[in-house]
Amino acid sequence: MSEVKFSKEHEWIKLDGEVATIGITKHATEMLGDIVFVELPEIGTSVDKDGNAGVVESTKAASDVYTPVSGEVVENNQSIVDDPGKINSDPENEAWFFKLKIKDVSELDTLMNKEEYDQFAKESSN
Amino acid sequence: MEIKKTALNNLHKIHKAKFVEFAGYEMPIQYEQGIIEEHKFTRVEAGIFDVSHMGQLFIYGDQNLTLELEKIFPLNLKNLKINHSKYSFLMNNEAGIHDDLIITKLNDGFLVILNAACKDNDYKILRSLIDNKYKMILENDKALVAIQGPKSVSILSKIINGVENLNFMSGNWFNYNQSKVYITRSGYTGEDGFEVSISNEQAEKFVKELMENGSKLIGLGARDTLRLEAGLCLYGHELDINKTPVEANLKWAISKERVENGGFLGSDRIKKQINDGVKKVRVGIKPEGRIIAREKTKIFNTEETLIGEITSGTFGPSVNGPVAMGYIDDKFSKKDTKILLEVRGKKYPANICGLPFYKKSYVKGATQ
Repeated sequence: MSEVKFSKEHEWIKLDGEVATIGITKHATEMLGDIVFVELPEIGTSVDKDGNAGVVESTKAASDVYTPVSGEVVENNQSIVDDPGKINSDPENEAWFFKLKIKDVSELDTLMNKEEYDQFAKESSN
Repeated sequence: MEIKKTALNNLHKIHKAKFVEFAGYEMPIQYEQGIIEEHKFTRVEAGIFDVSHMGQLFIYGDQNLTLELEKIFPLNLKNLKINHSKYSFLMNNEAGIHDDLIITKLNDGFLVILNAACKDNDYKILRSLIDNKYKMILENDKALVAIQGPKSVSILSKIINGVENLNFMSGNWFNYNQSKVYITRSGYTGEDGFEVSISNEQAEKFVKELMENGSKLIGLGARDTLRLEAGLCLYGHELDINKTPVEANLKWAISKERVENGGFLGSDRIKKQINDGVKKVRVGIKPEGRIIAREKTKIFNTEETLIGEITSGTFGPSVNGPVAMGYIDDKFSKKDTKILLEVRGKKYPANICGLPFYKKSYVKGATQ
């Protein structure tokens, strides 16, 4: 299993073989506040890198979720649809959003590693 | 223009508030606990709200002032007892709403609580309507602190003896730390509670005492979800200059006798709308699933004809589901009417429902 990578839109992605698991970062959940609604891409849909792939809503506002790489959705996490609060409590593990059969592994190279992301998140919240 | 701060700003910072700009003020939207926990705490315990940004307008005068104010407000102020409050509106001649407000009769005049974003304009309008011999003071030196929730009476009465005797929508002067504070039993959360008008110097000490007795600071985020669950209007959303109190379904706040006899701002239009009905009306809306329909969401009938628009919509933590209010073609305003809400290009089913979403627990004397 490869290392976790991060996007500027505050998604994390973890590759396992040719399937990647994607979710939003803890930093993103802290900025959003209490999440009360989530909409996930349907299984079988193709998504393009940086394209729209769902919505999260907090008590305050709705925000788009983007996919950090291209691919086909092979699984989505119904448990966070039924209990969106999980996204706040465990965003980078249990509350993953969807899994992609990825199209082009090299797209991962454009993303940040943990250290780079933490720095980016720190700067973007100032 | 420099952002304004309330007397409690430093205390908000100490308690790790996230701030937003609201009506020119730096105000706490939430604290560390987050909106949902703050909301639930208020429903079960008692939350403290800094509403010092709201206008506290004192108008001083005798019974002639009362008559003058009756030319403005749709209330029977002559019969209003001293220290009793009414919910009302400042309207234009067409009954469009400049602001919604709470007016309380005092020994020597009236106290009017105004929305933060409207207060300066309200002052100008009222000053132009009211004879200059009546002194008007829009307070800068006073904070306004609300304590809301079932435990607010036990907590506040430990600090200020006697508040437990106030009925809902009435007030009085009390002593706190050798100074006079004016307290009304009122609020805007659907809970029992109080609003305390207190000097800026004393505000922080007072709030700290409330906290020592088991209350917590609550942000504007939870204030919004609380008022929406309680079916209460927010100016700039449910109410504005293009809407009337009759359209807003707030007829209950208008004196029947005053409508009969007229003579207040907007009275002709109010009377006509009460007699002839209105084209659009404010309703409660409950989406069927979890989808949240926010402000400006378009409302359709089941034949997909546009029939209205959402004015406030969020997730209601106590209802544990989405709640909304909006304006709809009166023909579709009946309870349980099926409607469709367009969110991100898709239409979702919802139903017209009665208000409030969450049942109030005001104390004795409660009316509405």
